[in-house]
Amino acid sequence: MSAAPMWKKLLRVDVALLILACLLPVVDQRWHLDMVDPMRGVMVFAILALGLNIVTGFTGLLHLGMAAFMAIGAYAFAISSCDIYPFQLGFWWAMLCTAIVGAFAGVLLGAPTLGLRGDYLAIVTLGFGEITQDVLKNLDVITKGTQGINPLPSPHVPWWTATGFGMLEFTSEQELPWYWLFLGFVVVAVVVCRNLERSRTGRSWLAVREDELAARCMGIAPVPVKMIAFATGAALAAVSGGLWVSMYSSTGEPGNYDFQVSILALCIVIVGGMGSINGVLVGAIAMLGLANIALPKIASAMQSAGWVSSGSVFGSPNNWKYLVFGLVLVVMMRVRPDGLLPAKLSIVNAKKKNAVEPAP
Amino acid sequence: MIVSQAAVSESVAPVAMGWGDVLSQQLITGVSNGMIIALIAIGYTMVYGIIELINFAHGDLCTLGSFLALTLVGALGMEAWAGLGGTAAVITLLISAAVFCGALNWTIDRVAYRPLRGKPKLALLVSAIGCSFILVNIALFWGGLPMEVFGGGNQAAAPKDFPSLISNENLLGAKSAITVTWRDLFVVIVTVPLMIGLTWLVKSTRLGKAMRAVAQNPTAAALMGIDVNRVIGSTFLIGGALGGFASVIYALYNNTISFQMGYRTGMDAFTAAVLGGIGSLPGAVVGGIVIGLVRALSDGYIEARWTNSVVFGILILTLVFRPSGILGAKLREKV
Repeated sequence: MSAAPMWKKLLRVDVALLILACLLPVVDQRWHLDMVDPMRGVMVFAILALGLNIVTGFTGLLHLGMAAFMAIGAYAFAISSCDIYPFQLGFWWAMLCTAIVGAFAGVLLGAPTLGLRGDYLAIVTLGFGEITQDVLKNLDVITKGTQGINPLPSPHVPWWTATGFGMLEFTSEQELPWYWLFLGFVVVAVVVCRNLERSRTGRSWLAVREDELAARCMGIAPVPVKMIAFATGAALAAVSGGLWVSMYSSTGEPGNYDFQVSILALCIVIVGGMGSINGVLVGAIAMLGLANIALPKIASAMQSAGWVSSGSVFGSPNNWKYLVFGLVLVVMMRVRPDGLLPAKLSIVNAKKKNAVEPAP
Repeated sequence: MIVSQAAVSESVAPVAMGWGDVLSQQLITGVSNGMIIALIAIGYTMVYGIIELINFAHGDLCTLGSFLALTLVGALGMEAWAGLGGTAAVITLLISAAVFCGALNWTIDRVAYRPLRGKPKLALLVSAIGCSFILVNIALFWGGLPMEVFGGGNQAAAPKDFPSLISNENLLGAKSAITVTWRDLFVVIVTVPLMIGLTWLVKSTRLGKAMRAVAQNPTAAALMGIDVNRVIGSTFLIGGALGGFASVIYALYNNTISFQMGYRTGMDAFTAAVLGGIGSLPGAVVGGIVIGLVRALSDGYIEARWTNSVVFGILILTLVFRPSGILGAKLREKV
């Protein structure tokens, strides 16, 4: 490995995606593709899916309530930063607070439930998602119910003005500053996930996924290991929620964080390849590209071709989402259960590779 | 929907109700809704018992059953069928929805689940979630049909009114504080024989014996000459048919259907199945009635907006503290 030339080392999916992401705003401005706005959604959901990937991909626990952590993050960010509450933190402190609250919520859900079997755990997480939504809706004294909390602060980046970005301010009309900010968060999230994957914790996650009994025999305690996965995943999901609401400067109504969002995150992980970080990035682009870019374009093309009228149920791209998500799940499970970019399994192979290499 | 039903029967009551009357009324509503939930729960528990799959699509299958029923009501003009014709209409609806849902459930198993036998269980579960989403979307499009019963097709996503083919008249007389309607009676008249029939089928027929054998050990069953895939297919068929019956009863009882109702009723039914002990038929029935009662009591004594949380709370607590459920104590934990 170490003998490979530099350019080959850089020939990687994540580097390619990063370069494309940096080029996109320029290309977009030149040809007016209107891609920057939907790409922000892609990046937020990529962070959410990276969180789910830790739980479901690395650790092998099916989690159907990721939207709940996104919601918890959204409300944690809103409550710690909005000026109708006593805390009134700035963007960065509020985001830190969001991650901590998210991790804490993950532990809170995980503590009593992580001993459960796979499908039961999935159902418990689903129930948690529904209860969270109900609580946010019904505790309107704190959460403002269906009105949502607003306005929320925009980030203040210290060196922003000095480097010529000063003309780009974080307002709801400006898309580019948010784009760069989210890209930065995605890069950080990817680096964190990658380092975690290679750490002792990450290897225990994979070990527990592959064979819990064998892992236990090797001295890994499954429940604490799963708990760390839950907490990390929840923290990432919470951050994605915080970013999402800071962009809109409002939490929106609790119904936005419903089961469909959890399933969208699951679709991203499954399409990309469970346990594969690059896969998750590709999956996010594929799924949200499909849902937020391709479907509206197809719908408007169908309308202008006169196939459907705009009032018809077939005319709205939103009405196709369930079908698309459902087909993706069913077809992927039958045809390519490992996803588009399957994870390089695994511990076992890595060990073998190391064994072949001569000792230095 | 269940919520509004409870509220309506309370407000319509002509005499001021004492606490005992309120309680009895909640219990009646609860049992009726619970029977419907139980019928759907049987579909979950049968499938889980035999292939250990939480069949997510089951609730949405029932939605499609209700939509088929509403289409038939509109197409055949059933609202005008009077007297004996009304009974005939209800029977037609029940049978056609049962056949439709049974066939559809069998097809789903054939297309989406059967190719995944022997794969990790989570793959099967993910596939089931996918099927559920597809069915929801089909129901959404179905609601856009340009028929009068569907509101002309302009409001596809809006809840649809289901015509009241069964009278809402109080059997105890207009002066009684407690309301028991033809509908409550209808629920019992249809569900009880179905449950008895199912018990007979599972306990005493060749197919039932094969089902139990496959549930216990598929490999051993196959070695004994049982066509495992056919038995699993029949399980889906029967569970789906019961869901079809339930969907029509639900629509006639609550008078409103929507493309998203399968998720909610499905979760109630699944909770019921887990509470009763998943894999156990009597457990599903007991669990269904308990969940029906819990819903009604929560609507009446806590607040309707918290009812769903109460149900999910019960689900989580059952799974955490007693995963084998009320009647599933003897159930062997399969690994």
